[in-house]
Amino acid sequence: MNAIASAEAAPSLIASEASQHAPARTSAPQPIITLRNVSKGYGSGVTRNEVLTGINLNLREGEFLAVVGFSGSGKTTLTQLLAGLIRPDEGEIMMDGKPITGPSPQRGLVFQNYSLLPWLTVRGNIALSVDRVFRSWSRAARREHVDKFVEMVGLSHAVHRRPHELSGGMRQRVSLARTLAMKPKVLLLDEPLSALDALTRSVMQDEILKIWEEERQTCLMITNDVDEAILVADRIAPLNPGPRASLGPAFTVGLDRPRDKTELNHNERFKQLRNAVTNYLVAVRQKSRRDQSGGQTASIKRPDIRPADLGGPRRAILNSPV
Amino acid sequence: MNVRGNALKFCKVAGLPVLEPFVRLLAGEDPKEQLAGITKFVVLPVFTVLIFLGLWSLAAKTIVTGSARLPGPKATWDAGVELFEMHRQQKAADSAMRQEKLTQAVQSMAKAKVLEQAAAEKTGSAKEEMLASALTYKQDAVRAANFVPSSAPTFVDQIITSLKTVFFGFAIATLIAVPLGVLCGMSPWFNAALTPFIQVFKPVSPLAWLPLAGLVIIWAYSGVNQEDTYFQKAFLISAVTVSLCSLWPTLVNTTLGVASVDKDYMNVAKVLKLSWPQQLFKIILPASLPLMFAGLRISLGVGWMVLIAADMLAQNPGLGKFVWDEFQNGSSQTYARIAFSVIVIGVIGLMLDRIMIFLRNLVSFGNPHAA
Repeated sequence: MNAIASAEAAPSLIASEASQHAPARTSAPQPIITLRNVSKGYGSGVTRNEVLTGINLNLREGEFLAVVGFSGSGKTTLTQLLAGLIRPDEGEIMMDGKPITGPSPQRGLVFQNYSLLPWLTVRGNIALSVDRVFRSWSRAARREHVDKFVEMVGLSHAVHRRPHELSGGMRQRVSLARTLAMKPKVLLLDEPLSALDALTRSVMQDEILKIWEEERQTCLMITNDVDEAILVADRIAPLNPGPRASLGPAFTVGLDRPRDKTELNHNERFKQLRNAVTNYLVAVRQKSRRDQSGGQTASIKRPDIRPADLGGPRRAILNSPV
Repeated sequence: MNVRGNALKFCKVAGLPVLEPFVRLLAGEDPKEQLAGITKFVVLPVFTVLIFLGLWSLAAKTIVTGSARLPGPKATWDAGVELFEMHRQQKAADSAMRQEKLTQAVQSMAKAKVLEQAAAEKTGSAKEEMLASALTYKQDAVRAANFVPSSAPTFVDQIITSLKTVFFGFAIATLIAVPLGVLCGMSPWFNAALTPFIQVFKPVSPLAWLPLAGLVIIWAYSGVNQEDTYFQKAFLISAVTVSLCSLWPTLVNTTLGVASVDKDYMNVAKVLKLSWPQQLFKIILPASLPLMFAGLRISLGVGWMVLIAADMLAQNPGLGKFVWDEFQNGSSQTYARIAFSVIVIGVIGLMLDRIMIFLRNLVSFGNPHAA
């Protein structure tokens, strides 16, 4: 019910400021990560480029939140902020009530381009995190833990291979297993599937969904694919296009789990939601473009010049002694 | 299939594409296709070598001065065979000599034993006298057993000394260049501080370094008995000159390798909160190994090239000295022997290069290059 209401309300919210976004909190669990008025930009002075402004977000315990946005709207900056790899210029990011000061294995990050270490095998890559995070465990326990997660992503047969011997989908599975094996409180997925071909991508979506349903871990996924977001997420937060990107009002998905991609294609609510999110994103982009181009025409005054024939005088000037 | 796969992988990693068509042929692949490979890697090089030999023979016939002539391929080959034959004879003579000395040692020892036993039955000054002569026999035995033939070093000995020198110098250079390069790569400030030295000293020729290196070595050895030292002065001068020249490629490449470690790898390290040494040994060093080894390969090549000149000037026993001595002696064989040395120096340089390529490909994580 809620989902449809917010979905239908979305177009009217386009003009309103994104910072007004306030998710319904009636029976919502405690937020595990809170972003309050977060801004981040790069450079200084004239070359200053504001990427994100006024980001407000609550990531609740056990939910799957998808952030959808066009490329270049600051999605990667947002994950890096959440992971603690970069610090916000303004505002604060809290996890469990404490401000985030740096990266931590509690917030597991799955990188867009896998970032597997090419000199380590599949096992070595996963063991690197396991050995680090579970230092106190016995060697055998850690090994078993690694094996468990290798099996979870279905790579038991390739455990001795190095990343260059794996396909893109397999690499992302290793990357996923590496992060999941750290047992993070929050899983951050930074466009994990955007480097994959369409078929592999679809398989991997199911895989991520399956794993998530087993673990029910708090998860934030950044994506540029609306269908993907609706398939996996509980809530969808659209990221308005940058510069000065901010989050739009969240859409609650509210589709029953487990979800099946082929069935969803005929689901009325799915179609409605997809239209609502897509329309919202397109409308926001058009508005932002209009704003930008409008600003430009107003500020630039056309000079009052006419073309003149310079043929005759030029020769005279060139030959004249200076 | 797996034998074939492994063999092909070895060809690639070892930088030996020559073997690839043969492996494929043995595995039963299309012979026509492999014939192209064999033509490219075997027939064509053999053909060009033959052309070269022909031109060389022609040149040898033309270039004749009053006292000497350019040695042809045949003369060079004969000189080489002769050098190895000399080495064999010398070694045979040496080992015969050593055998003789060893027999002497055993005999002296036996005499000493007999004397000692006889002495045990006697008393007084007679006993002491016998014991004293037994001791002299024993000393003789030890001296004979430790006999080292003092024959002049043969061609093969020179090669071995040269290799020792170059590896010693290369090891010094590596021990200095790799840590410095890592520091330079990790800290742009450190790099900026070292850049003037790197830029100025990199292009300096070994001949310019040598007197200074010699001075430092002589200073370090002043007041030290030559017998007590582990290394000879000339050896150290050559080795240090080699280090000073082969330092730079490794330093520059290590710096580049460390500085260009993928930012994502560093993010992985940050998320895992790796400590500084862990970051260094688990992420930064493995990631920069391919470029580091590319640098080491150039360094070893430069070192080998420099060594010949350094040997000539420092009079360190080695190939350089061999060439120089031959040139000074001016026998009828001089130029043929020098020509043979040139080829030997080249072949050894080639083998060193191949070894380094192999090592580099081993650490290139499935991204090997043939050259």
